[in-house]
Amino acid sequence: MTKAMLIDTSKCMGCRGCQVACKQWNKLPAEDTTFSGSYENPPQYSANTWMRVVFNEYEDENGIQWRLAKEGCMHCNDAACMQVCPSGAIERTELGAVRIDQNKCIGCNYCVRMCPFNVMGFDREQSVARKCTFCYDRLVNGYEPACVTACTTDAIKYGERSDLLNLAYERMSELQENGNSKAQVYGDEEVGGAGVIYVLEDAPEKYHLPEDPRVPWHARVWNSLFRPLRVLVIIAIAFGLWSNFSRSKKIQEQKKKAQ
Amino acid sequence: MTNHWNDYQHSDVIMAIGGNTAENHPVSMKWIEKAREEKGAKLICVDPRYCRTAAVSDLHVPIRPGTNSAFLGYLLHYALENGKYHEEYVKYYTNATYLINEDYSFDDVEGVFSGIEEDPERNAHSYDQSSWQYQRDDNGNIRTDPDMENPNCVFQIMKEFYKKYNKQNISEVTGCPQDKLEEAAELFCSTGEASKAGNILYAMGITQFTHGAQNVRGIAVLQLLLGNMGIAGGGVNAQRGQSNVQGATDMAILYHIIPGYMGTPQEALHPTRQEYKDVETPESGWWTETPKYIDSLLKAFYGNNASMDEAYSYLPKLDGKDHSHIAMYKMMSEGKVKGMICWADNPAVSGPTAGDKRDYQKKLDWLVSVDVVENETAAFWKGPGMDPSEIDTEVFMLPAAAAYERDGTKANSGRWIQWQWKAQEAPGDAKSDLQIVYEMFKKLQEKYQSEGGTFPEPIAKMAWVEHYADDHDEDKVDLDKVCRMVNGRYYTANGPGEQVENFVGLEEDGSTACGNWLYCGYYNDPDNPACKNREREKEGIGAHPGWGFAWPLNRRIVYNRASADPDGNPWNPDAPVIWWDGEDWVGNDVPDIPGGWNFDKATDMPFIMLPEGRGRLFSFGVNDAPLPIHYEPAESPVQNVLYPQAKHNPVSQVFYPDQLGDAEEFPYIMTTYRVSEHYQSGALTRNMPWLNELMPELFIEMDEDLAEEKGISNGDTVAITSKRLKDNDKEIKAKACVTNRIKPYKVNGKTIHVVGLPFHWGFKGLATGDVANDLSPSIGDPNTTIPEFKAFLCDLRRVE
Repeated sequence: MTKAMLIDTSKCMGCRGCQVACKQWNKLPAEDTTFSGSYENPPQYSANTWMRVVFNEYEDENGIQWRLAKEGCMHCNDAACMQVCPSGAIERTELGAVRIDQNKCIGCNYCVRMCPFNVMGFDREQSVARKCTFCYDRLVNGYEPACVTACTTDAIKYGERSDLLNLAYERMSELQENGNSKAQVYGDEEVGGAGVIYVLEDAPEKYHLPEDPRVPWHARVWNSLFRPLRVLVIIAIAFGLWSNFSRSKKIQEQKKKAQ
Repeated sequence: MTNHWNDYQHSDVIMAIGGNTAENHPVSMKWIEKAREEKGAKLICVDPRYCRTAAVSDLHVPIRPGTNSAFLGYLLHYALENGKYHEEYVKYYTNATYLINEDYSFDDVEGVFSGIEEDPERNAHSYDQSSWQYQRDDNGNIRTDPDMENPNCVFQIMKEFYKKYNKQNISEVTGCPQDKLEEAAELFCSTGEASKAGNILYAMGITQFTHGAQNVRGIAVLQLLLGNMGIAGGGVNAQRGQSNVQGATDMAILYHIIPGYMGTPQEALHPTRQEYKDVETPESGWWTETPKYIDSLLKAFYGNNASMDEAYSYLPKLDGKDHSHIAMYKMMSEGKVKGMICWADNPAVSGPTAGDKRDYQKKLDWLVSVDVVENETAAFWKGPGMDPSEIDTEVFMLPAAAAYERDGTKANSGRWIQWQWKAQEAPGDAKSDLQIVYEMFKKLQEKYQSEGGTFPEPIAKMAWVEHYADDHDEDKVDLDKVCRMVNGRYYTANGPGEQVENFVGLEEDGSTACGNWLYCGYYNDPDNPACKNREREKEGIGAHPGWGFAWPLNRRIVYNRASADPDGNPWNPDAPVIWWDGEDWVGNDVPDIPGGWNFDKATDMPFIMLPEGRGRLFSFGVNDAPLPIHYEPAESPVQNVLYPQAKHNPVSQVFYPDQLGDAEEFPYIMTTYRVSEHYQSGALTRNMPWLNELMPELFIEMDEDLAEEKGISNGDTVAITSKRLKDNDKEIKAKACVTNRIKPYKVNGKTIHVVGLPFHWGFKGLATGDVANDLSPSIGDPNTTIPEFKAFLCDLRRVE
C-alpha cells in the first residue's frame, strides 16, 4: 500500500500555481532570473527550486504542440539517490516520499550527480542536498502536497498508487480514443515504479523526460560493492586509530623507561 | 455573463474567442474540463497565437489580430447558408421576422449604412438611425413577415448582408486556411440543434478594438441564431478581468451610467427629473420600471434633505461629449483638469499611449493615488525621462487595504454577489476604500456646508453622515448601513427603515430608497443577508441558488424563458432551466418573466429588457452599425477585403489624427496581452518575488521567420517603436521570445508578421521593465471608447 502522485499533462495549462505553492509552503526564496527565451524559469533545479513547469514547443504532423508539465523528483521505488548515499540519509517512506534527512546528509553530492532525472539541488552554504519532499510535513498531518492542493484543474492528484495507475490508464485510453495515438503512461514501471506517474500526450522526450530512466550502473556498483566496503573502511580507520594510539602509548612507555 | 462559471459544464461546444481562458481565468478551466469529461464537449480556441488556451483546446483557429469581426461574420454566413440556425427559436424569440424601414440600405464599397453623416467635432461620422427602425402599422405595432421571406425582413437582410462573408473572402481577411475556418464553423454551428448548447467565452481580445462593440454584437447575433441564449451551457459569456470589476460596473464607475445601468442624466436630453423619466422610460419591456429606480436612487443620495426634483437637479449632467479615459487625458493635456483622484488604477502603465499620458499628468495641480503600493501613475514624476524639478504637481498617496484586508461583497463574472470576509487587518495606516471615500467626502461636505460656494447643495445636502456613519463614531463608516442602502430600504419622514425585499418593491413616490436596483435583495435580511449564503444545491443544474445572490432577483441564467420552446417545454430536457407545468413556471432557476405576465406575453417577449422583447439580430442599439460588420483596425497593413473603400470604423472619434501610422513605416502588427503570472499593470505582482522569478522581464513574442529576417535570436534585446513613439524619437525595449506559436499571416498575397507584448511591466516595483502601452494608440470604439490595444502597427530592430 503505497501512495503516489498522478500528473495528467492533458489537463495542465502551465499556470504554475503548483510552482508557486511549492515555494510558498516550503518557504523557499525566489531566484534571480532573466528571460532566456522560454516561459520556463528558473532554468534549473537547485537547492531552492524543487519543481519546475516545463514548456516545450515544437511542431509535428498535427501542427503546433506546446507540451506543459510539472516536473521534479519522481520519488522512485528504485531510487538512485538512495542507493549511492554513503550516510544513509535518504529513505523511502510509506507515504510515498523519498526523503533526505538533512541531519544525516554529509554533502558529498553523489545523489545530485546520480539522479537520472537531474532534479536534485545542492545547497553550498549548508552543504546538503535538497529536493522535493513530497510535502512530507503535510502528508503526516493528513494534507495533500501543496502542488496537488494548488492545481486548478485537478491535473495533479495524490492517492493510492494502484488507484492512480488505473486512472492513468483510463485517461490514456480516452485520449487515444479521441485521436491521440501517442498518449501514454510514464512512471508505471520505470525506475522500479515511480512515486510520480504521468499521463503524457507524446513521447517522454517531448517533455524533456528521459525516455528510459535507469539508475546509472556505477551507482549500482557503488551500492553493492563499496557501500558495504565502507564498513570495512570504518573498521580499518578505527583499527588504524587504535593501533596508532597504542603504538604511541608504547613509545611513551619506552621513552619513560629510557629516562 | 448571461450565464455563469459553473454553467459551462453543460456546454457541448465552447468557443474561447478573444479570451485566453486558461491563461487568465485558469480556475474556470475545471468547468470546461467537466464538460469535456461528462459530455464529450469540445473547446475551440480562436486566437492569433497558440496560447495556453490553445494548448488545452481541441481546435486552434489562428486569425490575424483585428479580424474577429470577419471570423464571426463567417460563422453567421455558415449558419445562414447551411440552415444551421435554430429556426423555431429564431422565428419566435428574435426580431428575424420584423420588417425594417424601406429606406434602409448598405453601401458595400464604402462599408457604410444608410443615414451616415459627418461629425466634424469628433473628426468622424455618426448615424441618423431613422432608416434602421422597424416598420410599424397605423396602430404603432411592428410589421412582421412570419415566413421570413419579405426582402425587408431582418432575416433576409441578414442573409444578403452576410453573403460576402464566405469562406474564400474570410480566409483572405483573417489569414486562416479555409479548411480550418470550415472545421470551426461546422463544430460550433452544430449547437444550432435544439438540444445542444454552444458557449462563447470572450474578453479583451474581442472588446479592445475600434470595432469592439461590433465584435460583441457578432457573438450575440450568432448565439441568437443558434438558439444558445437563455439555455444551460449557452450564453454570451464575458470573462471579467478583476475580482470586482462586475461590481464596479454595476455600481456605475463608468461616466455614462448611474447605478444599475441607467443612463447618466444629460443636459440636452433630460434637464429635469420628469424629462429624464419621459425620455428614458420605454413603452414596454422591464425598463418601464425606470421611474421607480431613478427616484429610489435619488432618495438614497439625498434622503429627506431635498425634494425629489431638487435632488435630481443636484446630479451632474453630461454635456453630450466623450469623457472617457482618452478624452479626459486629452483635456488634461490642454490644462483643463486641475486634479485627479486615481483610485486603484494605474493608467500610466495600462492606458493607451501611456508615455504621453504620464506627460500630461505634469499639468495637474494635484494628484491623489489610492492604492496598495506606489504605482507608476503616482510616481509619474520620477519616471524615465522626467525632471521632477520642472513638475509642480502635488501628489498625495492614500494607502488602501488590499482586497482580502476588508469585508464586503464582490460580484463575479456570473453576476453572483458574494460576501467576502477579511483574512487579516490592513497594515499601518492603510484603510478600506469605503472608509477612505467616506472620510474624504465627509470632509468635503463639511467644507461646503461651512464655507458655501457657487453651488454647494449637491454636496452639502447629500445624506451622507445620516445614512452611513457608525453609531458610535461619526468619522467611521458603517459597512452594514451602506449595504442596507444599496439593497434598498423603505423611507419615511424619520429616515431609512426596513429593508425592501426585492426590486419589485421599489416605488416612485419617495417611499423607498435604493442605491442600486439590480442589487435589491442581496441584503434584504441584514442578520442573514443573501450574499452571505453558502448552501450548495442538492440537485439541479449547478445554479446553486442558495449560494450568494445573483442579480437580478437571484436569477442565474438570464433570458431563461428562451430555454423552453413556445409551448413551454425545455429545448434540452437533460439540463432544463424553467418549464411550464400547466399552471405556472417552475424549474431550476428564477424565471426571467415579470410577475403578472401571462403565458402568451412571456412567450412573445423572452428578452424582457428590450421594448419589443425579442433578441435583436438587427439592432439600432449601438451607434455604429445595425449588423455586426468587419472593419479593419485604425492602424492596419491592409485594405478591407470585403469593402474596398472602407477605412476603420467611421464612427470612432479620432482624437489624434496625427498619431496613426501606416504599414510603410510600421510593417508589423502588434498585439498586447496578459500572462498568468502577472496581473494587469503589475503594481502588485511585480512586488512578489515568486512571480518575478517566473516572469522577470518584458518579452516580445515573434515568429521564427521574422526573427531570422531581422537577425534576432531568442533572448536578444529588441527595440520596438510605433508612430506615437517614433515621432518623439522614443522606443521601448524587450527580450526576444522567438516562437513557433505565432505564424506569419498572408493577406491579399502579402506576408504580415504579428508580434506580441504582455503589458504588465513598468518602472516601479521589484521587477521593472518598459511600458508596452507607450506604443498603443489613443483611439477606441465609438460606443465605449475602449482603446484599440489589440491590433496596431509597430517597427522593431535588434539592439546590439
